[in-house]
Amino acid sequence: MSDMMKVSSNPHIRSKATTAGIMGAVVLALMPATLFGVYNFGLHALIVILVTVASTVLTEYIYELLMKKPVTVWDLSAVVTGLLLALNLPPNAPLWLGAVGGVFAILVVKMLFGGLGQNFMNPALGARCFLMISFASIMTNFDCDAYTGATPLAALKAGESVNVMNMILGRTGGTIGETSMIAIVLGACILIMLDIIDLRIPGSYIVSFVIFVILFGGRGFDSAYISAQLAGGGLMLGAFFMATDYVTRPITKRGQYLFGIFLGIMTGIFRLFGPGAEGVSYAIILGNLLVPLIEKVTVPKAFGKGGERA
Amino acid sequence: MAKLTFVGGIHPYDGKDLSKDKPIKAILPKGSLVYPMSQHIGAPAAPIVKKGDRVLTGQKIAEAGGFVSAPIYATVSGTVSAIEPRRTVTGDMVMSIVLENDGLYEEVEYGPVKPLEELSKEEITGLIREAGVVGMGGAGFPTHVKLSPKEPEKIEYVIANCAECEPYLTSDYRRMVEEPEKIINGMKVILRLFDHAKGILAVEDNKPDCVETFRKLTASEPDITVKALRTKYPQGAERQLIYATTGRAINSSMLPADVGCIVDNVDTIVAVGQAVLEGKPLMHRIVTVTGNAIADPRNFIVRIGTNYHELVEEAGGFQTEPAKIVSGGPMMGFALFGLDVPVTKTSSALLCMTEDEASKYEPGPCINCGRCVEACPGRVLPSKLADFAEHGDDEQFLAYNGMECCECGCCSYVCPAKRPLTQEIKSMRKIQLAKRKK
Repeated sequence: MSDMMKVSSNPHIRSKATTAGIMGAVVLALMPATLFGVYNFGLHALIVILVTVASTVLTEYIYELLMKKPVTVWDLSAVVTGLLLALNLPPNAPLWLGAVGGVFAILVVKMLFGGLGQNFMNPALGARCFLMISFASIMTNFDCDAYTGATPLAALKAGESVNVMNMILGRTGGTIGETSMIAIVLGACILIMLDIIDLRIPGSYIVSFVIFVILFGGRGFDSAYISAQLAGGGLMLGAFFMATDYVTRPITKRGQYLFGIFLGIMTGIFRLFGPGAEGVSYAIILGNLLVPLIEKVTVPKAFGKGGERA
Repeated sequence: MAKLTFVGGIHPYDGKDLSKDKPIKAILPKGSLVYPMSQHIGAPAAPIVKKGDRVLTGQKIAEAGGFVSAPIYATVSGTVSAIEPRRTVTGDMVMSIVLENDGLYEEVEYGPVKPLEELSKEEITGLIREAGVVGMGGAGFPTHVKLSPKEPEKIEYVIANCAECEPYLTSDYRRMVEEPEKIINGMKVILRLFDHAKGILAVEDNKPDCVETFRKLTASEPDITVKALRTKYPQGAERQLIYATTGRAINSSMLPADVGCIVDNVDTIVAVGQAVLEGKPLMHRIVTVTGNAIADPRNFIVRIGTNYHELVEEAGGFQTEPAKIVSGGPMMGFALFGLDVPVTKTSSALLCMTEDEASKYEPGPCINCGRCVEACPGRVLPSKLADFAEHGDDEQFLAYNGMECCECGCCSYVCPAKRPLTQEIKSMRKIQLAKRKK
């Protein structure tokens, strides 16, 4: 035994959870939606996904090499960003679109603000909005071999009828990963079972959105309409995988409910009263910006400070 | 109302199987014994012997240094060989009395004891004070001070902390299995001090055998109830324990007595019983010697002052090289520089780990996952507090309730980025407490 032992502050044990483990689990949970997207839209969708992920990972790697910072690509957070961004691209997207989006997500939204944990906006969504504004016609063109014409959500907004069952299964046009409600919810169940997310944000988001649609959708309590609103567009992917992004959601429990409700209302406003059919990305980005404020007003009462006398 | 649990907390691997079935074994010290003058919170004790004096087992060798202080007794017979600063478990050098054990164990004659019914309240607290009893769960707060609240008639519950929520520790468990009546007798002594108080034996439900025994033994005691609390760390933390047993919540600036509660740990209650019913001072304590590096993990009843080296020897030595040695449990214990420190009144365990998990991972950036917030029993925001601590931002640290942290370690334990959250918050709390004193 050596003369002097190693000492450190308590505690002396650590849980097995690691950042890379969490990110890996998110990648795993995105697999049902990813695989369904490839099955639904074909090989080109797979190539778009691979190019986008390669772009995010390489951007982070090269940036860190150039800046002489420790390389952090093994924490897998860039993979999550790339995958999420790809799932938000149209299936027929040119490959350079994914590559440009990936560079923007990592370089502008993440690394320039200080890297993992420091970005105030979800990198994948930030990049998606950047692409939407810069390349609107490509980003909103969902025509591909399998499906042509308007997405179900756009059809719904135009007052046409939609096949809700196909929407839930995902056999419709849309971005690569958003179409199948079943695949996304399956992935969400994985995240919930692995204790990576809970239902505070997705639950309050979806419930408040439904209430908003009932109140202002003009159709009252029309279950077919509500189901179509829920299954259509990026709501499910957004609620379970992007609104729950740790870095850009409030850390306080009450703040998370507030955040979810805000997203539900904003998504409702954008979808029902905005010019486009979609609203999830902008709602979440806007919510991201409010996080510091939400956290500030929802600091929990410390134990014993609330006068909890029985 | 009893909730039997609290919000937050964690479920770490408890490691209790290593030693929970090993009966308590009494061991005798071989080498010299060291008695630090500060093994309690409050003023250090003052030596009343000098170098060269011969003392007997049970003889007082240091007098309490004030009201919030406690006397110290020799635990063997022998000669005082030095009064000098010695290293203690926290790494500090503390003025200590060193005693050469003559191996004769000649004991003093203890004074006659009166039956409990004939003792006045003042006599009872006097006996406890004189016996040098302090909180033996770890804090070392002098017990007679705790048992002298400003308004004793307002005390409604005396809670025996039998939770033993720290992983690996089994000393309280063995006491409950082998000598449960001593705990109940100690409880009865404390209840004599408070006219309106009921006793609660609070046990975690991972020890169903103890719950069962206590229920049987207290069947005819209307004033003592047994509560089986849900197993979760830190169920035995004072504030969480009070909440789980009574539904009352206190913050860092309140005392349990403010909500009508007194909390004492198992060994402390046994020491109280011994002091009052047998007239004997605090000389022994149970220490669990455990961890994967130990050949034969065990529970020992040890004379205070015994060197930690001897405990390791008695437990069969090391079967593998220890990577880290901790006095106490893995969540709140102190990592030791070396084994050459004495057992004190507050040494509950010696944990010898084969792996230093704390230094195994490189801390990464916070990903804001919120696991620390979920785990925090004090309901603060550890990740934010650690940030404020890192930046030396006193104002924000205090505004975000930094002082409400109980340093239980849950946040560091759960952090996937392996950030030393507890350490940062703990250091900042120390700075703030020091500033308060100025």
